[in-house]
Amino acid sequence: MIAFILNGKPVTCDAPATERLSEVLRERLGLTGTKVGCDAGDCGACTVLIDGASVCACLTPVAQVTARHVQTIEADSPDLTRLRAAFLRHGAAQCGICTPGMLMTAAELLAQNPTPTAVEVETALGGLLCRCTGYRKIISAVCDAGQGDSAPCDGPAIGQRLARLDGAAKVAGDSFGADEWPEGALILKAIRSPHPHADFTLGDLTDFHKSPGVARVFTAADIPGRNAFSVIPPFADQPAIATSPARFRGECVALVAFEPGADLDTTTFPIQWTPLPALTTPEEAETGPLIHPNRPGNRLIEGRVCKGDAATALAHSAHVVEGRMETAFVEHAYIEPEAGAAWMDGDTLVIRACTQAPGMDREDTALILGLPQSRVRIIPSAVGGGFGSKLDISLQPLLGLVTLLTGRPSRMVYSRSESMTSTTKRHPAEMTGRIGCDANGRITGVEFEGRFNTGAYSSWGPTVANRVPVHVSGPYLTPHITAKARAIHTHGPVSGAFRGFGVPQGALWQETHYDRLADKAGIDRLEFRILNALRDGDASATGQVLQATGIGPCLEALRPHWARAVAEAKGKPGRGVGVASCWYGCGNTALPNPSTIRIGLSAQGEVVLHQGATDIGQGSNTVIPQIAAEALGLPVSQFRLIGPDTALTPDAGKTSASRQTFVTGRAAKAAAESLRQTILRLANAGQGATLSLAKTILAVRDGNTLRQIDLATLPADAFGYALSAEETYDPPTSALDANGQGKPYALYGYGAQMVELEVDTALGTVRLLKFTAAHDVGRAINPTLAEGQIEGGIAQGIGLALMEEYIPGRTENLHDYLIPTFGDVPPIYSLLIEVPDPEGPFGAKGLGEHVLIPTAPAILNAIRHATGAELTRVPALPHRVLAALEGSR
Amino acid sequence: MQDYVRPDSLSEAVAVMAVSGFRPLAGGTDLYPGAGTSLSGQILDLTAIAGLRGISQGPGLRIGAATTWSAIARAALPPACHALQQAARQVGGRQIQNAGTIGGNLCNASPAADGVPPLLALDAEVELASKAGVRIVALSAFLLGPRRTALRPGELMTAVLIPEAALSGGSAFLKLGARTHLVISIAMVAARLVIDADRVAVAAVAVGSCSGVAQRLTLVERALTGAPLSDLAGRIDPNVIAACLSPIDDIRASANYRVTAATELVSRAVLGAAR
Repeated sequence: MIAFILNGKPVTCDAPATERLSEVLRERLGLTGTKVGCDAGDCGACTVLIDGASVCACLTPVAQVTARHVQTIEADSPDLTRLRAAFLRHGAAQCGICTPGMLMTAAELLAQNPTPTAVEVETALGGLLCRCTGYRKIISAVCDAGQGDSAPCDGPAIGQRLARLDGAAKVAGDSFGADEWPEGALILKAIRSPHPHADFTLGDLTDFHKSPGVARVFTAADIPGRNAFSVIPPFADQPAIATSPARFRGECVALVAFEPGADLDTTTFPIQWTPLPALTTPEEAETGPLIHPNRPGNRLIEGRVCKGDAATALAHSAHVVEGRMETAFVEHAYIEPEAGAAWMDGDTLVIRACTQAPGMDREDTALILGLPQSRVRIIPSAVGGGFGSKLDISLQPLLGLVTLLTGRPSRMVYSRSESMTSTTKRHPAEMTGRIGCDANGRITGVEFEGRFNTGAYSSWGPTVANRVPVHVSGPYLTPHITAKARAIHTHGPVSGAFRGFGVPQGALWQETHYDRLADKAGIDRLEFRILNALRDGDASATGQVLQATGIGPCLEALRPHWARAVAEAKGKPGRGVGVASCWYGCGNTALPNPSTIRIGLSAQGEVVLHQGATDIGQGSNTVIPQIAAEALGLPVSQFRLIGPDTALTPDAGKTSASRQTFVTGRAAKAAAESLRQTILRLANAGQGATLSLAKTILAVRDGNTLRQIDLATLPADAFGYALSAEETYDPPTSALDANGQGKPYALYGYGAQMVELEVDTALGTVRLLKFTAAHDVGRAINPTLAEGQIEGGIAQGIGLALMEEYIPGRTENLHDYLIPTFGDVPPIYSLLIEVPDPEGPFGAKGLGEHVLIPTAPAILNAIRHATGAELTRVPALPHRVLAALEGSR
Repeated sequence: MQDYVRPDSLSEAVAVMAVSGFRPLAGGTDLYPGAGTSLSGQILDLTAIAGLRGISQGPGLRIGAATTWSAIARAALPPACHALQQAARQVGGRQIQNAGTIGGNLCNASPAADGVPPLLALDAEVELASKAGVRIVALSAFLLGPRRTALRPGELMTAVLIPEAALSGGSAFLKLGARTHLVISIAMVAARLVIDADRVAVAAVAVGSCSGVAQRLTLVERALTGAPLSDLAGRIDPNVIAACLSPIDDIRASANYRVTAATELVSRAVLGAAR
């Protein structure tokens, strides 16, 4: 029996002496606020204080805390209270999975140093990883702990820096996929392929069934429905549990359900592997054996956009640049590995797990399990980061299978390496092409060809292949373009969605070539972009005539900063300034993607918002209510949120494609306006009337007239409310023709980022000094959250540019796979540009993916400005920068 | 005997180690990654032994093997140890520094162990105890290769010893990686210089992550000895450094790059130590 003091109270536990303290806290003592991100000391998410000193609970044998004081996020102290308030005020918690570790480490710092500087905070918190925030708001919050309160949320809603409405849970240790499970749940462990391509045969499972704690083994043969899924149904090709052969390292080939408390030992699982030759690169794959028999050349799809005659335009151009760019697999590296639980509720299979797309989870899980959708309910947990990878199902069908077939609840938590090996990646790209301009610097034409390694299964390969040609012109007027992108299967990890769907890779090629072209034309690199920026009434590469075109204003907003930075860099060896732009269509590409929102006024006097847009940290739990409140005319503080939950919320679609603020925002605005009209009609009031709600009395003041509606007296409507409205919005788009011409998106967001940096020309290392980021958000619904997106996107762009390269078998953990740390993200100055789009709610546009797109090319452009080194491959690791430098000397 | 013991005296610990099969555990930062919910096998936890912790001075320096990196970083130590303290602040993050120990770092014998180059530059020795008695081994002889040491069965590292003579001069440590914090180094260098009348009286330079075991660059040290402060960089011959190192190509960097970077870091660390 081990006894210690936990958050001020004596506790005892009967755990093995070397059991990880994190395990003891979570599993034996029920304190799930301490999060586990890696079980290896690489992320710091599990940080607790032992006698006031921060340690990773995952590396601490519980016996070592005997008789000592352990503090977790469940503790209360004046420092923690101040820190929590500051985190909310500054928007320092996005998804919230790293927040408990951040708060505990910051509490240790404040105890030693009550007024730390930014540098001291950065150093003290350097052992923690965050994938959402870009760290800057965490630094500000810790420096600012103890200064005042958040903006109240009872005034006007739009444009207010409201603290996240779900923030209190985030700073208390929110409930993620791994944090709730029914009593007695079976614990699932997948058997995964150790090879990229291998035949396998299962041995006699009878003996293994008799191993201690094994409840049952499941294989592909147990799957009652269709053992094939894809986020794009016509491409369904990925099994939930594979039959031989396994097509990528990490693929699930069997599933073991263990009794609670059992040792999850699968080392004796009877399986025989016969490794087969693996296709590693698209080049090999295009002429290699077929991975899927119906896809010749291992080609999943090719997307193309052709307008005008690019070849002729280039032949007659004053200046032409030509070259290539290569990118690597990039891992999402959210701090929350996939996790969830399932149980039966009568006839209904309930799955609570981390996800970005509850509706799609329901469709695919129902198909795999052979159930009607009505028998599957998906409850998204708090999501500890997604960035595109949690759009695809992962453990949902596995949990569902076990619970459906055994009738028992089940739970599953991926290890860090399972999360990294088995889930999707950013597509590696090999891109080549030419860009030309006339003697005045005006773009004449673009030719582009991209080959994308889409891995073993389809996932979002088609979307990437379609998005890239549409966007690869950049936000610039391009009269002639031929752009093609093809997705090629290999035995690599499945490439899927990752913040930008291939557009960041295309922008790396296009924006670096723009710098070379500007130099050839003898025009300043920023002015070159301003000269070519798309303007209202211009036609895009797909022939779409644009409105609310914000790129010009974004680039122009950078002018004074550019002039200062270029002047400051002048004459300083190694100092460089780079700029790059982005544009990005919000919503699905030329496909429907409706969202539906319901708002009700209950007989008890509540404003209830059925909010089905999954908040993965980006802030839809706050932004959607702000939009609804503004449109309805009641304060955000009176709203109660329900969902997301497929049983309680109408479908608001997936959290992807930068669509929630725009599409679900429009649905929320429509529902709120509809409810408002009902109220005004009932009160016989004019459009200018103001509403207020006190208890069950809804007061409608129209000029000097006050009418009161007692909600308690109204009969319940079809949704059970006194008054309610439900509205759907689907962005108006058109299909693309064979040349990729059409209106693929109803609106676009724009942005331009500028970076100042310093290259150590002897070592090839890059030190980032400052970002200035101008993003056209149409209307900033919540400026703090918008800045949070910008800072987090820039952090991921820094990773793409300088350090991230996923190599199967080599970088399947968070110390070999490097993501930016506290010291790698410099100060970021955000300029929120507002060019309202008539299609957006209150003019708002999407932002979530845009923010990552310009970062990496801006960095490469600044390296070239600083040193002349032209990198054609990212990440720009020090040895690659040095080699490029030597090439340029 | 139980699978887990946590004695509070060294003699008990040594007795336990005499039973084959026990693995020593201190901060746990190298044992837990890759383990299940608890450690397998028989574990000897060293963290309750007061005598294994702390730093005592004079003559020389004795650092208990279970002293944490945080304790080393905040100790008042002479400038010769600044390289060691700089390394202490770069072993993982604060969480790792609060738990991880100097003895664990050495016994784990990673080619990229942050503590090794500064200790080599301090002529460090390690004290090893077993039932057979205590022996003292030069750190350079203790580290045999990647994950290989001269520890004998039944032996525990009890302290790191720095001779009085090595506590003179100034020192600097440089670690190069692809990110700021939490990074396994591509290359790292520790340098210690004793300056007398504007000339180098003693030079100690060690490079890590560029060979199977971190090593002293004795040819470079020889070239530096006697050099005037104004000509330190001129005495560092890249070809000599390249001949000493045997780096590998890996995911972090190419072998060629490591040589180039190590050469540059040697120059910078030497200049840093001379300040």
